[in-house]
Amino acid sequence: MFSLARARLAVVIMMLLLGIAAFGPAIAQKLNPDGAPNPTASVTSERELFKQVPRIEGRIDIPDKKASELIQPAGRTWDYFHEVLLHWGGAIVILGTIALLGLAYLIIGRVRIAEGRSGKKILRFKALERFSHWLTAASFVVLGLTGLNITFGKILLLPVVGPDTFSDISQGAKYVHNFTSFSFVVGLILITMIFFRDNFFGRVDLEWLKQGGGFIKNKHAPAGRFNLGEKLVYWLSVIAGVAVSVSGFLLLFPFYGTDIVEMQLAQVVHAVVAVLFVALILAHIYIGTLGMEGAFEAMGTGEVDLNWAKEHHDLWLARQLANQDQHGQPSATPAE
Amino acid sequence: MARMKFLCDADRCIDCNACVTACKNENEVPWGINRRRVVTINDGKPGERSVSMACMHCTDAPCAAVCPVTCIYPTEDGIVLHSKDICIGCGYCFYACPFGAPQYPKVGNFGSRGKMDKCTYCAGGGGPEAPGSAAEFEKYGSDRFGQGKLPLCAEMCSTKSLLAGDGDIIAQIYKERVLKRGYGSGAWGWMTAYREDIEV
Repeated sequence: MFSLARARLAVVIMMLLLGIAAFGPAIAQKLNPDGAPNPTASVTSERELFKQVPRIEGRIDIPDKKASELIQPAGRTWDYFHEVLLHWGGAIVILGTIALLGLAYLIIGRVRIAEGRSGKKILRFKALERFSHWLTAASFVVLGLTGLNITFGKILLLPVVGPDTFSDISQGAKYVHNFTSFSFVVGLILITMIFFRDNFFGRVDLEWLKQGGGFIKNKHAPAGRFNLGEKLVYWLSVIAGVAVSVSGFLLLFPFYGTDIVEMQLAQVVHAVVAVLFVALILAHIYIGTLGMEGAFEAMGTGEVDLNWAKEHHDLWLARQLANQDQHGQPSATPAE
Repeated sequence: MARMKFLCDADRCIDCNACVTACKNENEVPWGINRRRVVTINDGKPGERSVSMACMHCTDAPCAAVCPVTCIYPTEDGIVLHSKDICIGCGYCFYACPFGAPQYPKVGNFGSRGKMDKCTYCAGGGGPEAPGSAAEFEKYGSDRFGQGKLPLCAEMCSTKSLLAGDGDIIAQIYKERVLKRGYGSGAWGWMTAYREDIEV
């Protein structure tokens, strides 16, 4: 599903990139048989021009130089992307992800702490780490819902609330979307810096993969502070976050360093990456709440059960306990 | 049923910008907004052509398709109108428009573009205001069409380069011109706007 969406993105980008390549219109100087210039031969026809260039530009007398773009048929291509590819692709990716997660819940169910709770807790995420996570998470949910409204609102919400109310909602949603982008970027930068060190791939990740990533009951998948799945969420989120932020700010400042084709391209990147990002985060939310017992409290209270840590992050737990022993502190704090 | 279109015979356009002025005056369009403009291709070179361009009132208008709040719609005469009450100023119609027709009163950032403005074919607005009312004029400009008149830009074109009216009729006029003078640079934008060309 992901590779399909990516292939679709590649096709759209290719189409748009082909549209960017601009060539100066060449004029064929035609002569009559007697050598004199043919008065009608210099006619610059639209059809001939479009054989040479993807869009027609000229000179304009008014101060608004952007208006010198005469015809850009790529607008219809963007229309097709937005109304057909994005609607279908977005719906398939998002609903498909929800369906897969539902299926996972039915088949695998909630991953329990095999040994049960020990009653002892250990600190997994510090306050600043939790703040960064929830700042980004809250911003993401707001951006996701307001963004989806721009694409799917007229199909899902408009028939329910009517055009006037929907216009008011969308107007508000647009401003909320534009300004929440800043808190998202702050959160993204914090997350990227704070968790950078612990997300390098290592040999243990291969072993984790071989052991079924903790989903197979009688196998133990070893992991440090973050396992391969979490590392993938981290790196994909950083990449997607940078892509949506850069393309989003380009769209927020129309015509600042971009022309119409680049804005279309930025919108395509913004929409496609955002849809994939939503799918990724849906999976992330599932595994952090419904999918696994004892996982949510890591970001909730910051403390996890010792047995949960042993089963999912044994190498990290061993390191933490060793550190605490060195400093002469109790190896784990009691729950109450 | 008539299907209203614009046709610019670029071999007649002399870049006088009278259509631009007429439009601004008739509709009292605010500063910074040009619903119509004249673009000159190959300026100063052989084959120079000037084309007067505004909203072409497309068939299957892409602006209407992409509008997230569906404020843009075609009338039964094929004129593409929009409601400024519904518009949220997102700029999507501008990305989709092949002719750069949608304009925004604010060049501001953070999405503060203001309500979109574009050529209405001098047919008033697509909002709830009564046709020909002062409220409608304030928001959208003149409703000449409601009085049985064509857009002023085309009506006062000194060389009759810019034609407005039923698509079949103006196509026929253009065809006869091309046959008579022996050349023509094509009906600019027709292929993109109406998915048909005028074969001579």
